[in-house]
Amino acid sequence: MLTIPSAIFSALQAHGEAAYPNEGAGLLLGRVNGGDKAVVDILPLENRWNTEEQYHRYQITPQDALHGEKEAMRRGLDVVGFFHSHPDHPAEPSAFDREWATWPGYSYVITTVEKGRATVSRSWLLKEDRSAFDEEPIQIGDPAVRGARSQQSTI
Amino acid sequence: MATIRIPAPLRPYTAGSAEVPVAGPTVGEVLGHLTTQYPNLKQHLYTEAGELRAFVNVFVNDEDIRHLQGAQTPVKERDRLMIIPSIAGG
Repeated sequence: MLTIPSAIFSALQAHGEAAYPNEGAGLLLGRVNGGDKAVVDILPLENRWNTEEQYHRYQITPQDALHGEKEAMRRGLDVVGFFHSHPDHPAEPSAFDREWATWPGYSYVITTVEKGRATVSRSWLLKEDRSAFDEEPIQIGDPAVRGARSQQSTI
Repeated sequence: MATIRIPAPLRPYTAGSAEVPVAGPTVGEVLGHLTTQYPNLKQHLYTEAGELRAFVNVFVNDEDIRHLQGAQTPVKERDRLMIIPSIAGG
């Protein structure tokens, strides 16, 4: 389960909308608790893939990832995964996403942005044998108000 | 002693340690010792052919070893090493 506070989830989707018609991407900062992860904040980043191909490609450079890791450490958090958008495409990992996948355990949140508007976001975990991704449930809601049904929803 | 920072998803393979003290004169030897100490970590850093995976980057005091001397980069007492992924997709 990946828990994302509603305000952070909105910011994540807004980053995808701002990048449209290109892909937008960034890092998920949070805490790991066994098999579950709680996102505390996101670090939106610039798409470093060459501009002409950004409509279907994204890149986060090692320098940006290093910056993110240090920012997470400074705040007592960890990089727990990544997010990116699929302009006018399903929120599922593409063959290219599989090819470039890093380590099992990181959450890969993919958001469909349809005609400039973010719709569905889904999270994916690489299988241990790296052959495919499994879906990871996302829970949107502020941990502080968990239990108040009206404040959260599971997508 | 130098230390190496372990990314969160790799900590299940280092008994939960986020930072591991490491010894060795070069980055290559340090990584060799690390994966000997934690054998299950090896497949996540290296391909079956024994090459560092393409998305795996090692930084020594914020410098990418690809811009230094690669696996031959010297490691000194108190150096801080970090394992950082390159991230891309479509």
